[in-house]
Amino acid sequence: MSEVVRKDFTNAPLCLSGRGVAKIFGMGNNKTTAVDYVDFDFHEGEFVSIVGESGSGKTTLSKMLLGLLNPSDGEILFQGKPRDISTGRKRKEYWKGIQAIFQDPFSSFNTFQKIDTVLLDCINMRGGRNLPKEKKIEMMTEACSFVNLKFAELTNKYPFELSGGQMQRLMIARIFLLRPKILLADEPTSMVDACSRATILDMLLNLRDETGMTVIFITHDIGLAYYISDTVYIMEHGKFVEFGKADEVIINPKAEYTKRLISDVPKIHEEWDLSTVDLLNA
Amino acid sequence: MGKKMLEVRDLKTKYITRFHEDVYAVDGVSFSIEEGKSLGIAGESGCGKSTLALSMMGYYFPPLHYISGDIIIDGQNISGMNPDDVRKSILGREIAYIPQAAMNALNPTQRIIRFVEDVIRAHDPKADKKEIRELAEARFAELGLPPTVLNRHAVELSGGMKQRTVIAVSTILNPKVLIADEPSSALDVTSQKMVIKMMRELMEKGYIKSMLFITHELPLLYNVTDDIMVMYAGQIVEKGTAKEMVFDPVHPYSHGLMGSILVPEEGTRGHKLTAIPGTPPNLKRPPKGCRFADRCKYATDECRYYTIPEKSFENDRMYRCLKRVDELKEVYSHE
Repeated sequence: MSEVVRKDFTNAPLCLSGRGVAKIFGMGNNKTTAVDYVDFDFHEGEFVSIVGESGSGKTTLSKMLLGLLNPSDGEILFQGKPRDISTGRKRKEYWKGIQAIFQDPFSSFNTFQKIDTVLLDCINMRGGRNLPKEKKIEMMTEACSFVNLKFAELTNKYPFELSGGQMQRLMIARIFLLRPKILLADEPTSMVDACSRATILDMLLNLRDETGMTVIFITHDIGLAYYISDTVYIMEHGKFVEFGKADEVIINPKAEYTKRLISDVPKIHEEWDLSTVDLLNA
Repeated sequence: MGKKMLEVRDLKTKYITRFHEDVYAVDGVSFSIEEGKSLGIAGESGCGKSTLALSMMGYYFPPLHYISGDIIIDGQNISGMNPDDVRKSILGREIAYIPQAAMNALNPTQRIIRFVEDVIRAHDPKADKKEIRELAEARFAELGLPPTVLNRHAVELSGGMKQRTVIAVSTILNPKVLIADEPSSALDVTSQKMVIKMMRELMEKGYIKSMLFITHELPLLYNVTDDIMVMYAGQIVEKGTAKEMVFDPVHPYSHGLMGSILVPEEGTRGHKLTAIPGTPPNLKRPPKGCRFADRCKYATDECRYYTIPEKSFENDRMYRCLKRVDELKEVYSHE
């Protein structure tokens, strides 16, 4: 069996970091702290997972990283410099550096755009607007073959004609063309079955190795995070309760919350302990 | 050997699309579940798992149509029964079914107690309201659901609570078979564990006699069911106990599936996941030979030509492949 190569990223240059980042919704009695003054350092080329239950603030944090929500407090540094997305133009510039794959492939695409348009947009965004048509088709074919799709079969089709797994792979083909510095993947595999999941995870790993981008992977499945990531951040109620190398965090968890998350996942080599569940006080 | 609670013999069903094409979604499936046992069905999306569950209830309505085969529940053959009779006498009492989006099936304008009344009165129109409430309260308390849930509306409950309520309501008449179609895939890990614990309690206390559990999450299936069968393109490709299937799969497809298991355990990180390339065949025109041949690394021309029979080996295991068991194991050991 082929082995997965793991590198050490502690000394790699910083790609995205946050200092005291917080998001507070509502005011007064209705105040909800979704992200509670967190610090983080994501290095270049690192595969980071953010793991937490529903409602722990993962998605709010990811929206702030993408620049879709403004943080209530704290600052986000992009490649060592404070991030500036105050105007539409600067925001667009920032999005050349950070791209996302979302949970629901069925609502990620514009229904009225053909697959060709989706991929051509990516080439245009990277400044390939004036390339000859043959070159563009060659690039699109390469991107599709990277994710095991055939461009000849996809051309002139609409995204909704594909299956969920294929759509998610097409999303990865987009990222392959765009080559952003950071890819933010928000539960990209939770709506596809176990078989396509393996394919998608492999492709994400290949993409990271080929382009050297930082991947921020948001998931609630700790088994998946363990397999794929170099560094794991465990999030509970808006705070990072534990972070570190995947091996250390998952095999020797220190925080109670991490231990509970791990015990809640069905395993195959150990007995799955159901007695910890208290049905009445849930 | 225990008493057979559910037996399916060579079941064939099809969908007829609006263009009058036949899609053979369940094609010659046979298996049985004994009393007190649970069986899991694994397979990727579109392989016919959910259609098999629907077909097994004997509750056919277009576009799903029955072709042939027997469904025997505790000695009673229900195949070919009129759907109306099935609804009156079989569903709820003999077979309970939890569909995929069960939590969204609760009517938001009704209190939970109304669903319990509905289920019981569908079989016994004269049932007393007070008795129903007593029965429901006792059952809910026993399964770890606070009896106050009965007076709530569905929107007041969380996702995990809704799913547990659905299971409690649908098993209130002590059915012989419970068919659970991905009951926990929309929940987070903690609620999933609660749902599983509750289903186990139902089995232990004898409220349900046997269970059929459908999911694509193999670690979950391994922990919940006694036996696992793997389905591919409308057929069963391999069947065995949970342990044999996870640690010693024989068919190339199940071998691939087991290679995609993700668990947070030491030593599972180093290996690359095995992904099966390609997509399942179109069931409108199923391939002549082995249905998995186009995606199989080990397929030969023979595989594409011959119809593959079900072959049994060891004690009670079954697989559907031209190659011999030792041949296949030999190949896997070199990977």
